[in-house]
Amino acid sequence: MEPSVAALDGANTAWILTATALVLFMTLPGLALFYGGLVRSKNVLSILMQCFAITAVVSILWMVCGYSLAFTDGGSANAVIGGLHQAFFANISKGSLWATGHIPESLFAMYQMTFAIITPALVIGAFAERVKFGAMLLFSSLWLLVVYVPVCHWVWGGGWLATLGAMDFAGGVVVHITAGIAALVCALVIGPRKGFQQQAMMPHNMTMTVTGAGMLWVGWFGFNAGSALAANGDAGMALLCTHLSAAAGAATWSAIEWFRHGKPSVLGIVTGMVAGLGTITPASGFVGPLGALTIGVVAGFVCFFMTMTVKQIWKIDDSLDVFPVHGVGGIIGTLMTGVLASTGLGVFSGQGFLIPAITGIGQQLLVQATAVGATIVFTAAATWVLLKLVNAITPLRMSLEGETEGLDITDHDERGYVL
Amino acid sequence: MMKMITAIIKPFKLDDVRQALNDIGIQGMTIEEVKGFGRQKGHTELYRGAEYVIDFLPKVKLQLAVKDDQVEQAVDAIIGAANTGKIGDGKIFVTAIEQVIRIRTGETGAEAL
Repeated sequence: MEPSVAALDGANTAWILTATALVLFMTLPGLALFYGGLVRSKNVLSILMQCFAITAVVSILWMVCGYSLAFTDGGSANAVIGGLHQAFFANISKGSLWATGHIPESLFAMYQMTFAIITPALVIGAFAERVKFGAMLLFSSLWLLVVYVPVCHWVWGGGWLATLGAMDFAGGVVVHITAGIAALVCALVIGPRKGFQQQAMMPHNMTMTVTGAGMLWVGWFGFNAGSALAANGDAGMALLCTHLSAAAGAATWSAIEWFRHGKPSVLGIVTGMVAGLGTITPASGFVGPLGALTIGVVAGFVCFFMTMTVKQIWKIDDSLDVFPVHGVGGIIGTLMTGVLASTGLGVFSGQGFLIPAITGIGQQLLVQATAVGATIVFTAAATWVLLKLVNAITPLRMSLEGETEGLDITDHDERGYVL
Repeated sequence: MMKMITAIIKPFKLDDVRQALNDIGIQGMTIEEVKGFGRQKGHTELYRGAEYVIDFLPKVKLQLAVKDDQVEQAVDAIIGAANTGKIGDGKIFVTAIEQVIRIRTGETGAEAL
């Protein structure tokens, strides 16, 4: 994982420059609009603000130590965390190259930064409309360093899961499981919004949500196909698989709604799309087109029924359904990667397993399950501790009066709409 | 003497009602977009499994002041145009008017209609 001295690859560099822009575009404005439309009009600015503020703060933290801890050699501690010798992007010069793809290290660090930005931004959907801005920012910053950075190192930075041969092409474990599990713990610890399941809390602007969803679909090409770190066949296959899974997820979710409720909803089709995208993420460069289609259909089914379960049976106010869509999608995608990456499945074959020591599906599936299980346990425990810590420093929860008034006025002295 | 006719109708029937009233020589009316429910009740909206019952449905409220001898004709015109035979067609209320004044001229009573 050390920068090499080989020559820069112009084609790869051009594609990753583009992919980096696409992934930042997923958060700003994609996710911001997607989430912003789903809350009530009195909280729309709080969502947009949280996405922007996380982008700003995470970018700086990534420079300070996040990148170095995630992607450099941690010496004797390398199995769990990287080192600090590239803190503040030290030793990254114009000529530094990243070994994979022979792209500038500055570009690699920036590309990975966009992943570090979107992950805590995904989490805010769980506690939308009721958490104070300052506490949210403190929690998101600590969470980046305590949860995201180590897991990123385990999987992509040469840590213990990488050594085991865990396969996570673009962040099923690193992004979606961490964000989804953190979301569930946040929703449980922070508690439901006032009036949850008693009063109507409809999305205030579905056109905004659909606009953001469209940006997510396109931006995800940079997320998954960019994760090849090269302009090559892996990138092409990842792009194709990503798109197919999104389409299958959207169609499946819609079909279930049509069948169960008599009408397919707009929120349903875009949620199915996100489920398909989140679920294909760990698999995108490792499976084939039919594998991707399978993953999309399974994502539509499982994420749909998990969304109903969390809301209607568990009665947990994960307000924007981060856990059932991203967390569950990440889990099933990571597990299915262990099966569908196999080259021995006929037309459903994938591109093969990552390390030569692993030869069979059972073996890979065990590694995948280990990655999933360890990430769930670590994320849940660390998130719980961080929430308690932040709450002791500054209360997480907005006052009841402020929540009723809306976070836009209470936290920012502004309103989204003057009509 | 004069009466105020207040009718709550389905929004998509507004054009037909306006035309029917026009046809019998009614010269003015006021409308509002309102929300309400009667025996029709509301409907449910479903967002990712969160079901919300919407009690109040959009309706149009229209008001017109007419002479006593026009009331029956106007009511019939509204019924004829707004009736779909389905629940939720709305209601008509007829109330007495004490006085009418035209602002521009100061005319009062039936003259002012």
